[in-house]
Order: sequence, then structure tokens, then C-alpha cells
Amino acid sequence: MSRALFGTRVERREDLPLLTGQGCFTDDLKRPGMLHAAVLRSPHAHAKIRSIDVSAARALAGVVAVFTHADLGAAGKEIPLLQPNPLLVAHTQLLLAHDEVRYVGEPVAFVVGDDRYVTEDALELIEVAYEPLAVAADAQEALKDDAPLVYPEIANNLASRFTLGFGDVAESFARADLVLRQRFKIHRGAGQAMEGRVVLAEYDRRANRITMWSATQAPHLIGRLASEMLGIEERQVRVIAPHDVGGGFGPKAIFYPEEGLVPFAARALGRPVKWTEDRREHFLSTNQERDMYHDAEMALTREGKILAFRDTVVFDTGAYVPWGIVDPWISATTIPGPYKLPAFQVDMQVVYTHKVPVTPVRGAGRPQAVFVMERMMDLAARELQLDPAEIRQRNFIQPEEMPYAMGLVYRDGAQVIYDSGDYPACLRKSQDLIGYDQFRREQSRARSEGRYIGVGIGVYVEGTGLGPYEGAIVQIESSGKVLVTTGATPQGQGHVTTMAQIAADELGINVDDVTVVTGDTGAIPFGVGTFASRIAVNAGNSIALAAREVREKALDIAANLLEANKDDLELAQGSVFVRGAPARSISLGALALTAAGARPGYTLPPGVQPGLLATNYFSPSQAAYASGAHVITVEVDVRTGDVKILDYAVAHDCGRMINPMIVEGQIQGGVAHGIGNSFYEELIYDNNGQLLTASFMDYLLPTAKEVPTAKIAHMEVVCPLNPLGVKGAGEGGTIPSAAAFAGAVEDALAPFNVTVREVPLSPEKIRKLLREAGR
Amino acid sequence: MAEKRTIQLTINGRPYSGQVEPRRTLADFLRQDLDLTGTHLGCEHGVCGSCTILLDGAAVRSCLVLAVQANGRRVETVEGLAGPEGELHPIQTAFHKHHALQCGFCTPGFLMSIVDLLKTRPDIEDENEIRVALAGNLCRCTGYSGIVAAVREVAAQLRRERTP
Repeated sequence: MSRALFGTRVERREDLPLLTGQGCFTDDLKRPGMLHAAVLRSPHAHAKIRSIDVSAARALAGVVAVFTHADLGAAGKEIPLLQPNPLLVAHTQLLLAHDEVRYVGEPVAFVVGDDRYVTEDALELIEVAYEPLAVAADAQEALKDDAPLVYPEIANNLASRFTLGFGDVAESFARADLVLRQRFKIHRGAGQAMEGRVVLAEYDRRANRITMWSATQAPHLIGRLASEMLGIEERQVRVIAPHDVGGGFGPKAIFYPEEGLVPFAARALGRPVKWTEDRREHFLSTNQERDMYHDAEMALTREGKILAFRDTVVFDTGAYVPWGIVDPWISATTIPGPYKLPAFQVDMQVVYTHKVPVTPVRGAGRPQAVFVMERMMDLAARELQLDPAEIRQRNFIQPEEMPYAMGLVYRDGAQVIYDSGDYPACLRKSQDLIGYDQFRREQSRARSEGRYIGVGIGVYVEGTGLGPYEGAIVQIESSGKVLVTTGATPQGQGHVTTMAQIAADELGINVDDVTVVTGDTGAIPFGVGTFASRIAVNAGNSIALAAREVREKALDIAANLLEANKDDLELAQGSVFVRGAPARSISLGALALTAAGARPGYTLPPGVQPGLLATNYFSPSQAAYASGAHVITVEVDVRTGDVKILDYAVAHDCGRMINPMIVEGQIQGGVAHGIGNSFYEELIYDNNGQLLTASFMDYLLPTAKEVPTAKIAHMEVVCPLNPLGVKGAGEGGTIPSAAAFAGAVEDALAPFNVTVREVPLSPEKIRKLLREAGR
Repeated sequence: MAEKRTIQLTINGRPYSGQVEPRRTLADFLRQDLDLTGTHLGCEHGVCGSCTILLDGAAVRSCLVLAVQANGRRVETVEGLAGPEGELHPIQTAFHKHHALQCGFCTPGFLMSIVDLLKTRPDIEDENEIRVALAGNLCRCTGYSGIVAAVREVAAQLRRERTP
């Protein structure tokens, strides 16, 4: 193939409609006779439902129907668990709560009416008699023997407990020169895509077909679970993630109760129904992630070589586990990161609480793991009076040791084997971007002037591009243009551009001659979804392989038509021609027509199936391990606890880049998310499980004022595991950010000898650290 | 349900009229009644800025304005930003060039806020001032760097055009 487009900054083909108000988001869609829905949500974190009276709501003019659990019939069952695991006692949600609610925001009733205003009026008319029960609001408290139980049969609220590890941890600790122990807390946050969740469904009674539009990251998953919940054949449910989905960040990769309720109501009423999440609902009902407590211990030699790492972890999984124990498992296996550990042990306790369920949010368990390991590296450096960069260099896995088997089993069931990467060079590159050595000199000068500036480091390794697969159908149409259909569905990542780049290169055509269709279960039978930084690897390679097959097919037919040897043919600029005799040529369009049977009576070459079309599902053998190093400088105002970011550097390796502009956009956006997690975004629940920060006035997203433009350096260490050599790039911007900020703040405050043990680091918390240090 | 009121207003230079309940927001009127879906609703409590439009030339959050309050007034939305032949406004062009949008959901609000900014503060130049001026709009995808770059470029361009 040519590499004319691969690796270049092709401008986005998505932009024009979005810039002119012509985008197509789910809430922009209207269907004839469409009704609107609103959800009554539990105001209690834990309560018995004694009775529900919907009569006044049903009687309200403009209300068409009110559904409670009693109206759901066969759909009144738990949503199927996505990732069963023998180590897990699993509970998933009902579409509507039956006799008990387990978090504030859990759906209790579903109102359908003429418009959203009237349905919200009706919510206020529903009388629910709740009997409030004791609440388990915090995971550590929930583990105690006298804690209220989320499920009576699950002692200590322990959904799952597992240990992972290798080597002789006890022996390593026994012979260590230095043993460090520290406790860390990482706080949960929310996805906060600017577009909330939206679901629209209509039912065709004669065909018994449901069509759903959802602002989702995973239309095939939604279709499969909707069919199971509604008792209708999978082929009778078509799910479309519209052309435009307003951000995902993980939480939109889940099947939510509303994705069952909306089609259920549409079928029951015979009219299209739409539900649009408002921001308050996003806070109260869209899955969240990151609450974890770690008790970490590290054993080292006096030279700063790690001998062993032990971590006892409590993971708050909320009230339900729709994704099983994927998050804690990823977190556990990410802790070792880029370092050679002779011995490692993690004891993970996954705990139910009366809070919004936990599923992956950008980073998926990794930011917590990186936070803990990198904090311990910093503490060890301080103890041994080594530079934080130096102690990391002494422990890095070296590039010549690749592939490196960590000795752990990843969430896909395969061994954790790092395929490629150069961690030592990556950190040096990031240090160079920031001017590390010079900053150290400035730091001593600043301290003598009473200014507190510091530098922090976060290094990560991320298993990206997980299977099982993503697929593509590549078809050359009779116009000579190419149609690429993939199960991948974008929420801003620019797939319509990058996927077209791949197909155009493989087929020797213009990028503008490629149409990319995404997110429609009616267009491609199988798909997995856009999450876990998996699309470049899975969909990208499936497109390349399908396009190669189409190319071979085009050459076979051309060889026949041009009466030439296939080896003498070339494909470029939309035509196949005989090398050295360009006049003997035939366009891809003409070949497509021939292959489509447009010349009746013509015989296809032996073995050639009709249609210039190929389908490929690429299934990676294991994760592709991306990596990177963030180096950040900050200045802390010790009087107010305010932190100013001075500079932010990212060096990273996501394998071969399809489009560096888009990669940089992913990194910069990820960094912004990391800044939010590090300083601003806080879901504060009280002891009754009430969310106290359920608006953008209280839960702060970083603005242009808080997010500097990161300096970015790319290292393209080719992934040996897939034909394109790519790794994922969607989450690396977020993963090490909090770890690096914690290090930077601690470094700035080194004269006061404070230890940063948690994020987010609000000014209040920084002042508390300083007060405790006597300042 | 309260009695509906008749409102008349000008949107992107064209007259519109409609019957609305007094409680209906201008954003819902634009999106649902007039199918002008370019204006987006991100929070419905006046913080995210996705629904920003111009009302009599000034940037406002259409989720916090009632449709009846717009009666007799002039509204500009993202749909009216490009010229009659589809020629893009310089800020639209700059957004594309600087990869200032990913999912594009917050984009219309940013564009309208920036149009207001460049009109009210045509001399804005300093990056920090631009960042402060943009802080009333939230974006979860881009980390703002492309947006800031686009504004700087257009502001500089406008300054050059004003200097003879």
C-alpha cells in the first residue's frame, strides 16, 4: 500500500456540518407522532418502596402513559451482566426499581407524554411511599461488620475479592533495605460528556421491528441487550448511534435502564418515544468511576531498585456491577506500570455501596493504579535522596527486554505481555520538553525568594486495543467511490477522517472518495464499540485488511478484462493499469460494475465472488501496550493553596499514528480531563448517599483558563501485533495526570515535607496539608 | 397547562412567529418548535454555554431565556453564521484549521460567544485574556488549545484588517 495519507495531518471531514449548526445528534431527531419521556428517580440512597400511586400523573392532560415496575411484565428482570466472573457476586439493575432503591437517582417510574414539560409536571404528581433504610455511602465503612448491607445475602458488601501477583513478596520485604508504606485515596468523577444520554425508539407493529437511536458508544451492545430485555429477536432491533454523538468518555458504553424503557414504551404505545437526559440526571444516574483506597507497600534496595510491591485495595463499585469487575481488574494489572518488579501482590476488595454504579470512565482503573505506583516512586526517591526521574530510570523495563511478560493475567484472560515501547527515552523526552534540569536550578532560586515551584512525573503503560474484534465492510461502488462500514462508532474522535485515510491509502484513491458509515447495527451485523482506546487497532486494521482483499479482487478482475498478468498491474488514482502501458487501464468504478454483474452474460473470473466487497473482523491476539510520560511544573501559593500550572509536557508512544493532529487532540483533551480529576471535579456524597455536587456550579469542569496547551512529543514505537503497527491513544492523556500533579505539588512544598495522599487537590486540601505541617 | 402566547421575532434575519407557553425556554422554542437544532443544550442551568445565542446582538444562554422574553427581538444562532452562499465566518474556518472541535456539541455555543467577544473586544490579543473570556463555555473533548489558537488567529486577522 502507499502511505500517502497514513501519518499525515489530514483535516477533519466531520467539521463542516458541526460548524454550521447542521450536525445530527440524537436529540435533534424527530419522528412522526413522537412522544417525550421523563424518569422519576429515587430521592433516597436506600429505601423500601411501600407503594407507588401514579393515578394523578396518569390523569394529567398531555400524559399518555406512566410505567412502573408492575407494568413491565417480562421486561421486569435484571439487565444481563456483561462480564460474568466466578469471583463476583453480581447484581445489575432493573429497568425500574421494584421494591427497593439502592442509589439516589435510580429509576422508579417512567412517564410518557406530549412534551418534556408535561412529563416533568407529571413526575411531581407521582406519590411514592418510601421507607428509608440505613445507607452504606463509603466503601471502607461498608466493609465493616456492622455496616448497612446493599444486598442482605452479601456479607460486608463484598462483591468480589481477588488477589493477583507473582514472586515471593514476603521474602523480598524481609531482605529489603527500605520499606515504605502509605495510604492513598483516589476520588470518583463523572464522564460529563457535553451531550447527555439520549434514546429515541420507534416500533413497526406490522414488521415487529424496533428502531432505536441512542447517543451511545456501543450500538451493537445496546441492540443485543434491548432484544434480550424486550423478548424480541436481535435481528428485529436496529440501533443507530447517529452521525454525531456529543462525547462519550466511557459511561456511554453501557446499556442503561432508559435504553430498555424507551423501546418498551414505544412498542407498548405504538408511537415513537424520546428521552433526553438532563445534566442533573447525568450526575445522578450516569455511571461514574474512580473511588479507591490503597494501602501500598514498597520494598527497595538502598540503590533504589524495587524488590517488591504490595497493595491492599478497596474499590467502590456503587450499587450495581453492569461491567462486572473489569475496572478493578484493569487497575490491579496496571499497578506495575513500566517497572521491573521481582515480586508483586495486590489484594482487591470490590465493595457495593449505595451510590451510582461504577463502570469505566476515561482511563478505566488506570489513573488510580498509576497514581499509587508513581506516588510510591516519589516517596522512595525522597527517602533515598534520589531525583524522581533517576529512581524511575533505575527501575524501567528496557526497550531491548521487549516483549516483556509481567507475570499477570489481563482482563482479556491473556498474559500481560508488553509488546513494545521505550520508557527510558520517553521520560527523557518529556523532561527535555519541560527543561527539567534548568527547572531544578530555577527551583532553588525561587525557594530562596519565597516562591514554591515544583515538578512532577507520571509514567504509564496502558493496555489498549483490546478485542474481541471490530469489523469493516469495504466496498467499491460503481461510481468508483469507496464505502467503508464499521461497527465502530465515534463520539468526536474523528473516525470518519482516520478510517478514510486507511482505506484511501490501501486502494490508491482520494480520501474524499471514501464514505465512512459508523454506528448502525443495520449496516454491519457485528460490532463491539468505541471504548478502551480500541478503535485504531481493531477497526483500523479490519479496514486495512478488508481493503487489501478488495484490492486483490479488483486486480483479479482487471487482469481478466485487460488480458494481462496480475503481477503486471498497478492500482493508483482510482484505476488499474498495466505497468508501462498506462493506456491499458480500467477504472475501479468499471471494475465494480463488472463485479456487480452489470454485464449480463459475462463470466466472473474463476473463484471471484460478485461485488467488489470484502468483510474483515480484526481480532487482536492481545492488548497493544501504549505508554507515555507526563512531566508537569506548578507553582503553589502557600497562603491560599491555589495551584498554577506553569508547564505541561507529554511524551508518548501510541505506535504508528494515523493522523498526528487527531492524536494530539486526544492527548490535549485527555490532559484537560486529568486536570479536572486532579484539582476540580468532585462528586461529594454525604453519609446518606446524597450527592451534594450535582450541578456545574458545584462540580467544576476545567475551563480554558485552567487548561494550558500541553507540549507534546511523539515516539512511534511500531506495535508488532497488528498490520498497521498502531496502539490506542484515547486515554493516555488522562491516565498519569493526577499522579504527576501530586508529585509536582509535593515537590513544590518540599520545604514543608508534606505528603500528597489524595486527589482532587482542592486549595482547601492543600492548605490543610500546609496547616498540618505547621504553615 | 398555561395559556399560550403568540410571539414574533427575527432569527438570522428572517421573521418567525409561534405560540408558546410562557414557561417555554427560548432554547426549546428554537430547537423543538423551529427545528433550529444547531443550538445545543448541555446543562440547562446556565453554566456550560452550549446554548449560547445572540439576543439583540449580545451573547446570552438560551436555556435561561424564556421564548416570550425574545418577543419582538433579534436572535442570531449558529445557523446564521455562514454567509448566504455558505461562505464560512472566519472563526468557523479557524476552528476547522486548528482542530478546535471534536464531538462538536459545544461548538455552536463557543462560536456565538466568540462572535460576541470579537465584536465587544476587538482589540483582545493576550492569550490569558482570551482564555478568561472563553471560560464561560465548557468543552470536554478538546482541552481548549485549538479553540484558543483559533480565536488568537481571527483576532489578529481582524486587527490587521482594521489597520490601514
